[in-house]
Amino acid sequence: MDVFPEVHQLMRSPLDFAHILDEIPLGIMVMDTDLRVVYLNQFFQALTGFSLDIARGIPCKNILRSSACILNCPVLATHRKNRSISCTSDIINTDRQKLPVRITTAQITDTLGHFTGYMETIEDMRSSATDDPEKNVAYSFANIIGRSRKMEMIFQTLPVLAQSDTSILITGETGTGKDLVAEAVHQTSGRADGPFIKINCGALPETLLESEIFGHMKGAFTGAVENKPGRFKLAHNGTIFLTEIGDLPLPLQVKLLTFLDDRIIYPLGATKGFNANVRIIAATHRDLEYMVSIGKFRKDLLFRLNVARIHLPPLRERDADIRLLLDHFLNYYTKKQDKKINGFSESALSVLLGYTYEGNIRELKNIMEYAVNVAQSSRIESEDLPAYILDYEPGQSTSKPPAAKRAPNVPPDQLPALAPQRTEKSEQTWASVQRQMIIDALKTSRGKKNKAAQMLGMSRSTLWRKIKAYKIE
Amino acid sequence: MTLHKVAIPILGEEIVPRFDLTTEVIILTTVNSSEIQDKKIIVLPKSSSDELCHTLLVQEINTLICGAIEDEYYEFLKWKKIEVFDGVCGVWTQAFDRWQARTLTPGDILFTRMLEGNLI
Repeated sequence: MDVFPEVHQLMRSPLDFAHILDEIPLGIMVMDTDLRVVYLNQFFQALTGFSLDIARGIPCKNILRSSACILNCPVLATHRKNRSISCTSDIINTDRQKLPVRITTAQITDTLGHFTGYMETIEDMRSSATDDPEKNVAYSFANIIGRSRKMEMIFQTLPVLAQSDTSILITGETGTGKDLVAEAVHQTSGRADGPFIKINCGALPETLLESEIFGHMKGAFTGAVENKPGRFKLAHNGTIFLTEIGDLPLPLQVKLLTFLDDRIIYPLGATKGFNANVRIIAATHRDLEYMVSIGKFRKDLLFRLNVARIHLPPLRERDADIRLLLDHFLNYYTKKQDKKINGFSESALSVLLGYTYEGNIRELKNIMEYAVNVAQSSRIESEDLPAYILDYEPGQSTSKPPAAKRAPNVPPDQLPALAPQRTEKSEQTWASVQRQMIIDALKTSRGKKNKAAQMLGMSRSTLWRKIKAYKIE
Repeated sequence: MTLHKVAIPILGEEIVPRFDLTTEVIILTTVNSSEIQDKKIIVLPKSSSDELCHTLLVQEINTLICGAIEDEYYEFLKWKKIEVFDGVCGVWTQAFDRWQARTLTPGDILFTRMLEGNLI
């Protein structure tokens, strides 16, 4: 269902109205007088996940899916008050995510002043939400915290890189904050008002991934019953974040390379390309140079992506930051769980500062969440820490030798990770401690999950997620 | 004889676009997934995903047909072995008919497409 609306008499030749709307960094929906969808711009499609083909002719509340639509429809209020209305609300997109938005509605009239429909603009408010305790912290850039020398250098580089439009490759071990950096770069760049689309290259099989990234045309293959714009098209005028780029299959690496060369995407089955203005940020925890040497990653793609590289140091190289992060997460979880804990005991602190955090910040964060949950007094005691940390002895680290020193005959299926892998033993210990706590709480509460959740200081939904994860029957 | 209970959060005759804003849910009990044995409407005192999930569990619902639902609740209900057809919009009777005919899929849009009073 192709729609080619035009604007006449504004300039010498008719203008492509759809193209004009697509260039605006706001979600825009045009509706008729019965509140049925006439047109959606690219930004709206990226935000909600609905393509124009799917949404056209459908009552708007089923496409926008905002709470305002049901509680107090702003479009009807616009009609009643005969003026533009603006309100904050939230939507649930097709990825089942709830997003904060600002909705502004206005009436549309024809050249004779007759009322012909409505226009609604949707602003994504995720970037401007300021009540998050994670934000507005000293020694930080966006949500990234640190005052070590290595992090200071990154903080100096990030704003400069954000303002440029170059491709960025973020490397670092698992848990070092690659996703956070990518989002921070987008939010502080000139593209902040555009979409930020994330694709996990390792999450989907090759055939699905191609259609997901580049889109497809109706009839391109069996089951392609409608046009799909693809993530690149949805990210137009914004940023696309390719996480786990090291897991991208080789044939798709070629297609990505072609895009990086000419900036045109060709959806599956399309004869015409789409000129996408997209900034690319890629991230991986793998050693791409080593993957190139064993033929698992294209050298030319690495060169294209590696215009600017940000390497996030592991926490063990950021000694000065551990205390800062411990205090930050202590503060964060005490506020979140409404507890009154104001510090660490000396023994707990010495254990925490002496630990190597192979899972990096993610692990430190999890440890703090656990400790705040378990703590009964006004300080975090060493007994409040997970048992596996207490059993830890310095020098127990399982770091692998650097990639360059690795023997060349490593089997290709054991692709190198930058991260020193956590030992199976310690992972089991961490999991088993949490599992045991949940089982104990369930026993004490005689299977009542509400009560167990209360005892553990977590919400019911967190408890069931953990019960599911640990396969507790 | 197998009893199967289907819940559909509704707003008038249509499926409510948002699960978390539901105040009315219709529960249909079918025999062998075809003949309707019982039909009842539960009115909730206030809209809340938590309360609605609780109601669905108490009512021993097997299938939920709903509009937009947050991932947390979707996963919770699936974990509780409730089959969820989410993202469905249109008149609830039509959705139920499709479910009975085993042709309902998540994300189904059952409205007739119209623009400015004309079918498209």
